[in-house]
Amino acid sequence: MKLTGSEILVECLLEQGVDTVFGFPGGAVLNIYDALYKNSGRIRHILTSHEQGAAHAADGYARASGKTGVCIATSGPGATNLVTGIATAYMDSVPLVAFTGQVATSLLGKDSFQEVDIRGITMPITKHNYIVKDISELAGVIREAFYIAKEGRPGPVLVDICKDVTAAAAEYEPVRAENTVLGIGLSEAEEAGIAEYSSDIAAIAAMINKSAKPVILSGGGVSIAGACDEVRALSEKASIPVATTLMGLGSFPGTHSCFTGLLGMHGSRTSNMAVSEADLIIAVGARFSDRVMSKVSEFAARAEIIHIDIDAAEIGKNIRADLAAVGNIRKILREVEAAVEKKDRSGWIGKISEWKRDFPLKYEKDGVLRPQYIVERIYELTKGDAIITTEVGQNQLWAAQYYKYTRPRQFISSGGLGTMGYGLGAAIGARIARPDKTVIDIAGDGSFRMNCIELATAVEYRLPVVIALLNNSVLGMVRQWQDLFYDKRYSSTTIDRATDFKALAEAYGAVGINVTGIDEVDDALMVAFASKDKPVLINFIIDRDEKVFPIVPPGAAIDNLIEE
Amino acid sequence: MSKHILAVLVENHAGVLSRVSGLFSRRGFNIDSLAVGVTEDPAVSRITIVVEGDEYIIEQVGKQLNKLIDVIKIREIDKGDSVSRELALIKVAADTASRSEILQLVEIFRAKIVDVSANTLTIEISGSLDKVKALEDMLNPFGIREIARTGMIALERGSKYISVADNAARHKRIAAK
Repeated sequence: MKLTGSEILVECLLEQGVDTVFGFPGGAVLNIYDALYKNSGRIRHILTSHEQGAAHAADGYARASGKTGVCIATSGPGATNLVTGIATAYMDSVPLVAFTGQVATSLLGKDSFQEVDIRGITMPITKHNYIVKDISELAGVIREAFYIAKEGRPGPVLVDICKDVTAAAAEYEPVRAENTVLGIGLSEAEEAGIAEYSSDIAAIAAMINKSAKPVILSGGGVSIAGACDEVRALSEKASIPVATTLMGLGSFPGTHSCFTGLLGMHGSRTSNMAVSEADLIIAVGARFSDRVMSKVSEFAARAEIIHIDIDAAEIGKNIRADLAAVGNIRKILREVEAAVEKKDRSGWIGKISEWKRDFPLKYEKDGVLRPQYIVERIYELTKGDAIITTEVGQNQLWAAQYYKYTRPRQFISSGGLGTMGYGLGAAIGARIARPDKTVIDIAGDGSFRMNCIELATAVEYRLPVVIALLNNSVLGMVRQWQDLFYDKRYSSTTIDRATDFKALAEAYGAVGINVTGIDEVDDALMVAFASKDKPVLINFIIDRDEKVFPIVPPGAAIDNLIEE
Repeated sequence: MSKHILAVLVENHAGVLSRVSGLFSRRGFNIDSLAVGVTEDPAVSRITIVVEGDEYIIEQVGKQLNKLIDVIKIREIDKGDSVSRELALIKVAADTASRSEILQLVEIFRAKIVDVSANTLTIEISGSLDKVKALEDMLNPFGIREIARTGMIALERGSKYISVADNAARHKRIAAK
């Protein structure tokens, strides 16, 4: 059947099972939006206030659901506004397909109105990207883009489509998934062959068996691979404590007796001590970022390292690996678990329990409204079941420390890129993906201000997302560093703007609540969680000198923690 | 740190070279030289990259390159078991007094004079990096005006070859990335 490029785009999205896209229209995507209009019964388009919000929403949608997120923007500024969102998804391995309009092929390269080389711009922040100048390539490119975004280590893919291609007509042959992955991929038999990995399971099991003090480091890859049960099975069978990276929160239950907490710069003392004393680190789906390792030469200095990941390039990139297995984490862990000896390691587990008892996360409980208390109450009142998105900075770490995540895709945060302004867009996407869950953006005032315009989106689509604004009137994390390491020279971190966040929320048509005292917290949260079709912003006024502890000073080893 | 020669087979379409060179610059890998041209299969180009680095760098270069969707195959060429060549054009100052001396050098190096003017000679030389460097050193005292070089290309010796034909179909290849 003969279709226009825009219609082919819509059909290809439907082939991939896409039912929701996030975007913002413009000149170069007029035809695409016309096709979306005509197909509005088949694909839901969520109009955001800004393209960055669309990218973050598609990302939050992907992280919450495990499906591929889709966003659309016009050429030029529309496309460049997606860039931060694409880079955010790239750093955290989130499957995302971004479509951008491009000027007509006849105008390419002439500095035409709203022309920008978005393929060139996004090369370093996408798994792959395309510019489509010929309608005959369009369907194939779209199918391949979805395939690449999802397969192997997931990531964003950008498809730039020239305006004349969206208007041109071509023959369209529907492709059904059936025996191949998403219509372009491998048959199941081929898939099984590719998933083979080169690793010596017996050697890995032997190394684990002889270890007296092993630690599992569970990263974001475990959630992505759906290997949480496998990590847990290995931990329980061989009595191995589990620390997680920020991206790994939820990959192992935060309530489990073997859970030691976050590792690294703001890690728990238990995790950081355990890794420093361990004789073996089993890193799964983690990439040993600088925020985890701090001083590389002293990181896990007594330990051998087993590194299990789907991306061969991560092995040996940031730290040596004594043994490695590359491939599907889930399959590898199953084999490892089957091959290790059941052990109780009571001495080591006892030591871990002692650390956990002696060095719990702590804050002063003196009746003052504190951010840690707020997050704890959110945890308790949501019975640990909510999806939490975060902004970046102190809010992110408090949300990481004081909410106990028990399942993957529950903690949604910009870990690698550290994108302030991420949380609200992500919350919108997450709520659309999971309308059955309470979704809370734990935010700071500095980050929230960056993209608070997306309140309009949440109001328009009647999304009852909750914004728990931990408002300290400062850029708290940077200020904390200035306090600890820059002799309290608070350069440009005291924002103290006269913004009335309650009124701001109300101006957008959302509900705004001010909370200044500890006794108002529960009531405000209950009101927010009861909202059925309106976003609620709770403006918690907290002290500007609140800090995230523990913290490892820059350049120090991770067992060198500042506790208060 | 030592020099390594990588032969990288890539899909022959626009933007691929930019992906490869962009990868080197953003990851801080140093390219000594890079030469690119189409192979026996017009859909495939071969990029020969000379990169300086230790074992860690070379391993990372290979692994990161391998993640690019358009990269089909990467092979490190063993310097001891390959032939490598670079071609250079060197324009050197030459007057009546120095011309014959330069011609002798050209002879010794089995290079060629490809252009001549009243006060310059342009020499074409191809060979190993060392040979080209040696001629350059010998010509320096005469006054080198300009040099253009192609960057190194290399093939393994003997009957071994890097087959383009047996590269997995694109969809299989990208599944493994």
